[in-house]
Amino acid sequence: MTTTRRATAEPRWVRLLLTAVALGFLFLFLVLPLIAVFWEAFAQGAQTYWEALQEGEARSAMLLTLTIAALVLPFNIAFGVAAAWAIAKFEFRGKSLLTTLIDLPFAVSPVVAGLIFIILFGAQGFFGPWLAAHDIRIIFALPGMILATLFVTFPFVARELIPLMQAQGRDEEEAAVSLGASGWQMFRRVTLPNIKWGLMYGVILANARAMGEFGAVSVVSGHIRGETNTLPLHVEILYNEYNQIGAFAAATVLAFLGLVTLVAKTIVEWRMRKETEMLTAELPPEKTELPPSVATERP
Amino acid sequence: MSIEIRNISKRFGNFVALDNLSLDIPTGELVALLGPSGCGKTTLLRIIAGMESPDGGNVLFGGEEATHVHARERQVGFVFQHYALFRHMSVFENVAFGLRVRPRKGRPPEAEIRDRVMNLLKLVQLDWLANRYPSQLSGGQRQRIALARALAVEPKVLLLDEPFGALDTKVRKELRRWLRRLHDEMHISSVFVTHDQEEALEVADRVVVMNRGRIEQIGSPDEVYSSPASPFVYQFLGNVNVFHHRMHGCWAEVEREGEAPGAGSIAFVRPHDIDLDAAPISGGMKAVVSHVHRIGPLVRVELEHEAETIEVELTRERAANLELSSGRTVWFKPRQAKVFPTGPTTAPATKQPFLF
Repeated sequence: MTTTRRATAEPRWVRLLLTAVALGFLFLFLVLPLIAVFWEAFAQGAQTYWEALQEGEARSAMLLTLTIAALVLPFNIAFGVAAAWAIAKFEFRGKSLLTTLIDLPFAVSPVVAGLIFIILFGAQGFFGPWLAAHDIRIIFALPGMILATLFVTFPFVARELIPLMQAQGRDEEEAAVSLGASGWQMFRRVTLPNIKWGLMYGVILANARAMGEFGAVSVVSGHIRGETNTLPLHVEILYNEYNQIGAFAAATVLAFLGLVTLVAKTIVEWRMRKETEMLTAELPPEKTELPPSVATERP
Repeated sequence: MSIEIRNISKRFGNFVALDNLSLDIPTGELVALLGPSGCGKTTLLRIIAGMESPDGGNVLFGGEEATHVHARERQVGFVFQHYALFRHMSVFENVAFGLRVRPRKGRPPEAEIRDRVMNLLKLVQLDWLANRYPSQLSGGQRQRIALARALAVEPKVLLLDEPFGALDTKVRKELRRWLRRLHDEMHISSVFVTHDQEEALEVADRVVVMNRGRIEQIGSPDEVYSSPASPFVYQFLGNVNVFHHRMHGCWAEVEREGEAPGAGSIAFVRPHDIDLDAAPISGGMKAVVSHVHRIGPLVRVELEHEAETIEVELTRERAANLELSSGRTVWFKPRQAKVFPTGPTTAPATKQPFLF
């Protein structure tokens, strides 16, 4: 061989093999299923596909999924920012406990999360009789599904923001206050612009999870057709009824939402990287253009 | 506006940051809080700014109680070590911030904001950078913008936390002269924190030397350097040789006039207060040269004397005349020394020369 090889480089066949394994895996587990979903959905032509999506229950499932996501995200943003703010900028007792608790929904199975709400608000639950007496429906209704979705999605925003806010420190906020800014002005003009991309990233992840959540929502939804069926639940029901076209058509909508998320995530990541690059950029060499009187003092 | 600090205490857990400290800062003075890291100087500054609340004691601004006044109402300009410029705002917007966040009735009209910001940027000689972002500025420029931003709200007091600490030596020297000049023009009461004795001595009207949450000495730069009140101050301001009198009785006795015999004492001698000669001098002591360092205009010589290292500073000329080299025997004699009695209050003296 005439070309010199770096001492640390692996032989060519090792590199090719590793690349092939990675790409093959990606194809087998990500690309192939995606193709299969669309293939099945369009198996009887675009017309049937379109009709399956127009069908009443499918439309109400889509609407419900969007409604839940739209109602859950504001809470996620509020909680995520508040928790990240508290953890990143203040010292207090129980801080590490709070940090651990934020991760709880990631550790607990979503089904357990759903069961918690059944135990609390179900007909035989702690608050069940009281709720029944006041004619408030939580379980097998929209409020329960929102609660379950909140539970599984609340870590996303906070986890994204905590390291970001810790890295940024408190100096800018303190500077703002010493310049006379009120708490809201400080948040609105200093903190929020500094965390906006991190916040966006967290919201995108939370949104993807909120729309795709199955386990927790399945437990509390009661599967009332046209009323408490979200898109993922709808897919399962149709599939169990051997309605291949309907199931896969609904699945394509979920897959499409996933792809949109992916694109949005990539854009936000790119913006975040650009911003960090800008902030950590090499400083230009020091220019000292000083007042003439000082400059002349120098020999 | 004058600042009075009365019996301020502050603890962080078990660490005592400030221990019953009192200090008066008269109107219009530029005061340096000088001390090693962890001595409480930054905590004191943050308490004056209202960013930290003391466990006990009072802060008075112009004679009025201000201990519990919120930081935003104190009318204090604060300059941070790492600038703390708003990274997503242009230089112009950074300086304008303090004016823009005012309640609507106190907020100047847009044209006036523009004028005032541009005037401040001219004052710090950076009006040509108004549209840049902080990340596009050098460290020295950033700190001057931070200063302009603090001045924009017309503060009664200017507080600077190690303002030049993150800059390189050359820029630091130029900026501190510039700060002195600016202060002479504006006459606003200013307090700056530093651990750099040279910076404190050069810039400040008065130097407050702090150690372990207490004030060791307050005085003009000349006072604290030439008549330090405690061994700590002596050691902190410049290099020093430490002698224990029992080992160097012959000359320490002379300096210790009037002191009860038997009481322990430590003598301090600045490296530039020692005479060096190649031939025996009366009252001098013999030593062997161990190292010769040429540092710019000075030559620093390390001598071995009875297992102790003594540091001497000479001019280049003098060193050349003596033909110093390691291994040579020389005679040395301190011109003046400062003797402190050793007691439980003094810092433990080391036998090594105290170097920074």
